[in-house]
Amino acid sequence: MHTLTLVLILLLLMIASFYFGRQRALVVSSGNIRMLNSLPGYYGYYTALWCGIPAFIIFIFWQFSESAIITNLVIAGLPEDITSLSRQQLNLIINEIRNIVSGNMVADMTRPEIAAAADHYRDLQTISDIALLVVIIALGLTGATYALSHIDQQQRARNKVENTILVFLIVCSTIAIFTTVGIVLSVLFEAIRFFQSVPFTDFLFGLEWSPQTAIRPGQVGASGAFGAVPLFVGTMLISLIAMMVAVPIGLMSAIYLSEYASSRLRALSKPVLEILAGIPTVVYGFFAALMVAPFFQGWGELLGLDISSESALAAGVVMGIMIIPFVSSLSDDVIYAVPQSLRDGAYSLGATQSETIRKVVIPAALPGIVAGILLAVSRAIGETMIVVMAAGLAANLTTNPLESVTTVTVQIVTLLVGDQEFDSPKTLAAFALGLVLFVVTLILNVIALYVVKKYREQYE
Amino acid sequence: MNKLASSRPKTIDQVKASLPKRHLSEKVFRSIGLISIIISLMFLFVLFYTIVSKGYTAFQQTFIQLEVNFDERLLDPEGTRHRDALSTADYGGLIKASLSKLFPEVTTRNEKRLLYSLVSTGAAYQLRERVMDNPALIGQTQQVWVPVDDEVDMLIKGHTLRDVPEAERRLRDVQIAWLDQLEAKEKLALKFNTAFFINGDSREPELAGIWGALMGSIYTLIVTLILSFPIGFATAVYLEEFAPKNKWIDLIEVNINNLAAVPSIIFGLLGLAVFINFMSFPRSAPLVGGLVLAFMTLPTIIIASRGALKSVPPSIREAALGVGASTMQAVYFHVLPLAIPGMLTGVIIGMARALGETAPLLMIGMVAFIVDIPSNILDPATALPVQIFLWADSPERAFVERTSAAIIVLLGFLFVMNALAIILRKKFEHRW
Repeated sequence: MHTLTLVLILLLLMIASFYFGRQRALVVSSGNIRMLNSLPGYYGYYTALWCGIPAFIIFIFWQFSESAIITNLVIAGLPEDITSLSRQQLNLIINEIRNIVSGNMVADMTRPEIAAAADHYRDLQTISDIALLVVIIALGLTGATYALSHIDQQQRARNKVENTILVFLIVCSTIAIFTTVGIVLSVLFEAIRFFQSVPFTDFLFGLEWSPQTAIRPGQVGASGAFGAVPLFVGTMLISLIAMMVAVPIGLMSAIYLSEYASSRLRALSKPVLEILAGIPTVVYGFFAALMVAPFFQGWGELLGLDISSESALAAGVVMGIMIIPFVSSLSDDVIYAVPQSLRDGAYSLGATQSETIRKVVIPAALPGIVAGILLAVSRAIGETMIVVMAAGLAANLTTNPLESVTTVTVQIVTLLVGDQEFDSPKTLAAFALGLVLFVVTLILNVIALYVVKKYREQYE
Repeated sequence: MNKLASSRPKTIDQVKASLPKRHLSEKVFRSIGLISIIISLMFLFVLFYTIVSKGYTAFQQTFIQLEVNFDERLLDPEGTRHRDALSTADYGGLIKASLSKLFPEVTTRNEKRLLYSLVSTGAAYQLRERVMDNPALIGQTQQVWVPVDDEVDMLIKGHTLRDVPEAERRLRDVQIAWLDQLEAKEKLALKFNTAFFINGDSREPELAGIWGALMGSIYTLIVTLILSFPIGFATAVYLEEFAPKNKWIDLIEVNINNLAAVPSIIFGLLGLAVFINFMSFPRSAPLVGGLVLAFMTLPTIIIASRGALKSVPPSIREAALGVGASTMQAVYFHVLPLAIPGMLTGVIIGMARALGETAPLLMIGMVAFIVDIPSNILDPATALPVQIFLWADSPERAFVERTSAAIIVLLGFLFVMNALAIILRKKFEHRW
């Protein structure tokens, strides 16, 4: 809670300097605030910013570098025979020291020199904490004093405060870009490491997926197979089933709600669809595994079919249910956007309502509907929890919906859940799959957003 | 009228002849629409019915009334009343003794084992707590209600059927006979399951609770809120009110729209690679979970906040600028107050999404078996949806019930959050 205390101290300092800055402005103007360039409050903010920003920057910098500097100092203080160890062993020892410091381990159980190092570490940490406190308070006071001494009638405090805020707003708005860059880099970087050990074409076109790696050489199944085609086929199969459920139901619901339904039915069913959209996917996954899969299995037995308990059908159908509200709300928007004049034209030619919808409204709304379906497909491909809980792990290359298939997301989860080192192809394969997933969904989204944008302009 | 014309069918006749068919197809089309809506409603109903009917029983737990003799010879043979001695004493022995007193006819080793397994392993800890709180109990005899084993609980609640062959169920016939005797003596009762709300995770269903996961979720959401709330607001305000129209801003907008549609598991990969592997933050910590969820919810918040800002009519801004306010003052004092309810609605909806999200948390290791209640954002923790995922995977029959109950709690929270958002929107919505 040390960090929190520091932040609180800094905030208190800022509040105090706001008050003093405002007072100072009033003094400078000798009570006549029309003499001032800005309102007195702005001089307060100006002082507070000068007090807070430099101290805050140092604070952040300190937080990031503290641990590295202390670790280096501690290593330098270790006896010769430990510092001469290999990097890995040294890292182990540092971890041990840190564990002792944070109280996860009892010091009596280790060697005396490591216990001494832990004490050293703790001392350095205390020194660093005190130093940080002193530096922050000093910087805050200096900044505030500097700002206070610069307050006079011509000081353009408002412009300066507003510019600072604007810079903050701009920095925040670039975070979206950094997130995308971060995703691309992190996934790409690990994926490239993966492709160094497994050729790109083997991954993309290989027909066999069994991502185990050998613990010792010469073991059975020592060379893992990383052909992702079964996963792609499984993903597409489940998404296809989901679409076969979601598109007709979602689209027809949207048509009925926007063209036929009384306002009462509309008022009732819209929130219901929204509730369906708001249910967490883990709940759908539980529902699929607990209810739908045994249900299908039971019917399969009655009909003499052999349906796997982790069939693609169950996962796909439940995923379809999840996507219904998505399809229906997107279609609803585009159907609503079709101008009434088109409908009136069709009615005047004697068309029935359903003919108008089928021959005029739907064709007019088609680009938007297609875009909505593309977005829904990208949702289905990226959906994780339903398939993790209801689809299988075995990578069968099959298009039979009654059998168990696995998907890209299921494999990412299975490869990464649990402890494993970060340099085996097994772990890195997950990032390669993630890259494929990201690229495919990105392409679908870009196409969909482009189509939607194009379509919206048509009738505006 | 010539012959040719009269023999040729008139258009109006053709139309009339086709009318029944057209009206039929109209009806069919209409009913298909109605049926799809009914199907969606039915799905929702079946989903809720399943969860509630499976889960409501978990809010109660079967307890057994035992006459426990807090025997000094067993608990504190030296009579020191020292805390260490008391905390390591054999409380299981007390329970065994009182069970044996209830069924004196049970003598063989095997039968004794069956008898003792009726009571939860947590019962001994309960007795320990009682004694530690009040050492004066030692030497007394008291009636104590302790939880029974999950298999017994399932039988009493009717989830396990009695008429299956003995080989196919976990409880033996003789155990069921004992239970019937206990029931006849009114020594078994269903009571409110407090353990479910105040305990952390456990391998024993009757001791497992959601409090640890709930605290994990709360810490994670606090981190998410602290980050995504200011950043999302600032981005929305900048893009809507200050940004010039240029390529750079277009890039940012396209980026935000795309991020909104990126699968959540990808954000988990980002968290794993950047925060855990590169910056070596602790695994399983709500801090990392909150960071990842903040990135995930940012686009939602930004898009909703921009919508709210957009709905404030330009006349408000122009009036403010007209009396000499700066752009910043116009936004801060006039536009924001009108847009805040809409923006907050977006934040709440984003938080509700973050609360239900599971996949990214699996990636960053918030999926471990954690018994302790996390006490800050760096402690290892799980979250409520992850707990549901973990329990759903457990083979014990009793965990199905607990999972459904945890889902009910989760849905309850989501319901409250969404209701709050709707109330906020209704209450402060301006129609211009």
